Amino acid sequence: MSAAQTPPHIRMSNEIAVQFRHRDPAWAAEQIAAHIRAFWDPRMRARLLADAGAGDGRLDPLVVAATALLPPAG
Amino acid sequence: MSLIKEHDHGTPARPGPATVSVEIDGRTVQVPEGTSVMRAAAECGIDIPKLCATDNLEPFGSCRLCLVDIDGRKGSPASCTTPVAEGMKVRTQTPELAELRRGVMELYISDHPLDCLTCPANGDCELQDMSGVVGLREVRYGFDGENHLDLPTDSSNPYFDFDASKCIACSRCVRACGEVQGTFALTIEGRGFDSKVAAGAGGTFMESDCVSCGACVQACPTSTLQERSVVELGMPNRSVLTTCAYCGVGCSFKAELRGDEVVRMVPYKDGKANEGHSCVKGRFAFGYASHPDRQLRPMVRERITDPWREVEWEEAIAHVGRRMLEIQAAHGAGAIGGISSSRCTNEEVYVVQKMVRAAFGNNNVDTCARVCHSPTGYGLKQTYGTSAGTQDFKSVDKSDVILIIGANPTDAHPVFGSRIKRRLRQGAKLIVADPRRIDLVRSPHIQAEHHLQVRPGTNVALVNAMGHVVVTEGLVDREFVAERCEDFAEWERFISAPEHSPEAVEEITGIPAAEVRAATRLYASARNATIMYGLGVTEHSQGSTMVMGMANLAMATGNIGREGVGVNPLRGQNNVQGSCDMGSFPHELPGYRHVSDDVVRGTFETLWGRVLDPEPGLRIPNMFDAAIDGTFLGLFVQGEDIVQSDPNTRHVTAALAAMELVVVQDLFLNETSRYAHVFLPGTSFLEKNGTFTNAERRINRVRPVMAPKTGKHEWEIVCEIAQAMGYPMKYDDAAQIMDEIAMTTPTFAGVSFARLDEVGSVQWPCDDAAPEGTPIMHIDGFVRGRGRFVLTDYVPTQERSTRRFPLILTTGRILSQYNVGAQTRRTGNSAWHPEDLLEMHPHDAEVRGINDGDTVALASRVGETTLRVKIAERMPVGVVYTTFHHPVTGANVVTTENSDWATNCPEYKVTAVQVSPKHPAPARVK
Repeated sequence: MSAAQTPPHIRMSNEIAVQFRHRDPAWAAEQIAAHIRAFWDPRMRARLLADAGAGDGRLDPLVVAATALLPPAG
Repeated sequence: MSLIKEHDHGTPARPGPATVSVEIDGRTVQVPEGTSVMRAAAECGIDIPKLCATDNLEPFGSCRLCLVDIDGRKGSPASCTTPVAEGMKVRTQTPELAELRRGVMELYISDHPLDCLTCPANGDCELQDMSGVVGLREVRYGFDGENHLDLPTDSSNPYFDFDASKCIACSRCVRACGEVQGTFALTIEGRGFDSKVAAGAGGTFMESDCVSCGACVQACPTSTLQERSVVELGMPNRSVLTTCAYCGVGCSFKAELRGDEVVRMVPYKDGKANEGHSCVKGRFAFGYASHPDRQLRPMVRERITDPWREVEWEEAIAHVGRRMLEIQAAHGAGAIGGISSSRCTNEEVYVVQKMVRAAFGNNNVDTCARVCHSPTGYGLKQTYGTSAGTQDFKSVDKSDVILIIGANPTDAHPVFGSRIKRRLRQGAKLIVADPRRIDLVRSPHIQAEHHLQVRPGTNVALVNAMGHVVVTEGLVDREFVAERCEDFAEWERFISAPEHSPEAVEEITGIPAAEVRAATRLYASARNATIMYGLGVTEHSQGSTMVMGMANLAMATGNIGREGVGVNPLRGQNNVQGSCDMGSFPHELPGYRHVSDDVVRGTFETLWGRVLDPEPGLRIPNMFDAAIDGTFLGLFVQGEDIVQSDPNTRHVTAALAAMELVVVQDLFLNETSRYAHVFLPGTSFLEKNGTFTNAERRINRVRPVMAPKTGKHEWEIVCEIAQAMGYPMKYDDAAQIMDEIAMTTPTFAGVSFARLDEVGSVQWPCDDAAPEGTPIMHIDGFVRGRGRFVLTDYVPTQERSTRRFPLILTTGRILSQYNVGAQTRRTGNSAWHPEDLLEMHPHDAEVRGINDGDTVALASRVGETTLRVKIAERMPVGVVYTTFHHPVTGANVVTTENSDWATNCPEYKVTAVQVSPKHPAPARVK
């Protein structure tokens, strides 16, 4: 799947995660979760949470860790 | 209001305290050291006759009209070039001086056409005025001798004529072109009687380097350089002070009119952003406001394939309200949203976000700053605590080193570009970081110390390398950092790691390590060093990271909180700053306060009478994605042509085509309106009443010179849509909207139309603590308390050149055109730039068999378009450049979905492309 075909919430969350790849993973997950919480519309967060639950490997592990810190969207 | 004529003091003001006391015609005046006798006289109400002197140019002493007598001095010196001295006694009016002046005027008039009654400058001619002032009654020399009366008129410029027969060779135009504009396109050719003004090497103005800023026209004391609009329409008889609607410099202008017809726009000397200067757009390109393409009546259609149907306002607004409610009923409250415009006033933008939040009931509001300076908002808020530049424009006059990154001020912010050039001519040093060799790198009397020709997409690697040099070479301002900042120790460890050294990143950035080290030493060692940046910073996948990297650099070197320093975004459109200030982002209420803040939300809920959504809404790219997903179906677009300006045209048009209701409010039918169901005609800046906020946070009044041609102000339309949706939203006038902004937004607490009319302009924060506004921020402390160092890992963009797409495309703008060109393409400015061109290095062209002017295909992985090539040695090998001013080119057909990780600002500056020879063909998407 090309970048253009990757669902936007997956592409964008992975792009956020890569900014924190050299940081402590727990701290990075907190930062990513805070960023998504502050800037993402609830429907995008809901899709991200759904895909994190699916565990199909498309999400960066830091994003998966961040989603565990996000409240249910809605 | 009658015609505003600013008093001309003859020579520029000198800085410093008024310590020198002189007596002029019996009046005593105290002025700063270095002040001319002419200016001192003007300051005590005595205007000495003059022709070659004017107070925005250094004295020249050529016309010999301003002669005075000074006790104890021989002869009659020119008052413009004679500085005052303590105790000096001056006489400006004696019989001998009167005789001398009449003699001078006789000589001038003996070689000047005697056509005053039919001259376009009749009534606005300093030569005519001075003839009267000196009492000229005869010309003893006659008019039959050798003269210049048959010299031809140069009408090559679309906006003004150069009638050489009327020239008095005072050099004001030549000096204005050099001293004010900094272009040096004009000169005096020949000597003595043969002296004449020449453009460039003696060709026409259009053949020369003239940038048509109008400084020469303004400086001309006769009708030699005259606006053609004055020739055609006659002299204006009234003025309205207002603010330019083009770039983020926000120049103040006098709109000069005859009745309701604008004759000319003249830069206002007391305008704090421009101090009497202008560029070709603001000075001349206002004709679009009365262009026959203006759509002045609302239009509606059921499907985008239907023809438009003109309707009354009531029907159009009722239709929008009803359809928006129907979409929400069927698909939920979050299925609709709005986009505000940086071309509209603060008041117009404020009501759009209020409509979305209070009437739509969600936070799906965004603004075109999303695609330009949203990373500035994010980056400066993270580091300094507020989403704005730190300085006023005037601050650069105190800069010793100017670091310009990813900005091209002489094209995109020309009036500020001229101010920068003036400071550079005074001796400040320049560092340019840009893939292209922009004009500032080398132009007349300007030479950058360092041109860091950074590869597109590698800005963060560069700024990290500069930070590395600062830390490892002992250039940190430890005292500043200790007193004012936090998280420095962690940043110091991070940035001093070997992988950030200039040597380590040389292969990434393409810049020799020694050059980076030398440039950094220059920046860090300066007494005052400032950073100016533009979209070459923000429009990257790491745009926000780069903003934070620059903020780190300024803090580490102590270059924050005083004149001459700072980190300063050069905003693209006139009201980008204001549209962001007004709460146009989906996560922020006015004043950059997050929607999740219960206290802030409570302020608005109490005033607006609605419960507000505490969740962030959709950004523009998210809106497009949601539209394609079927969850976002109704969009109100205020004054932005998103189809032409936003990246990946195919994606944008697919999103719009999927919506059930697209409402476009604009001056002209545009590319976006092809996908619209409702078109609501907007107003030009000449019809608006409100405020714009420029890049230095300066809030300027925009005053109407005529009633709305459409019958409604844009804020009225928005209020009526809200009312049609059942939300009572009403204001008596725009001033009332600003009063509400001041009531709800602490940084605007002291702002009102009355206040602005009183003081001219203020820079926010303007409140009880700073009633006069705040030219320079973070003086005693950062807005967030301590400045925060942020770690800025360099992460390469995913957009890479490949075998198939081996070149990198960057996009930008050019001096004569503005944004999507909707305004400037409908003016004479197209004489300079009638089409978008692809700039390409000679090597890249040669290996592809491409010659200058050839038509080529420009293709990326998402689309292809066609345009002509301009071979340009200022381009680096491997990088091509074009503008996005013309819809026929459709430059954004090829740009991609890549965006800044933090803000979704599109990565316009890095697109992998291929260029190949082609016969002309229209733009298309794959």
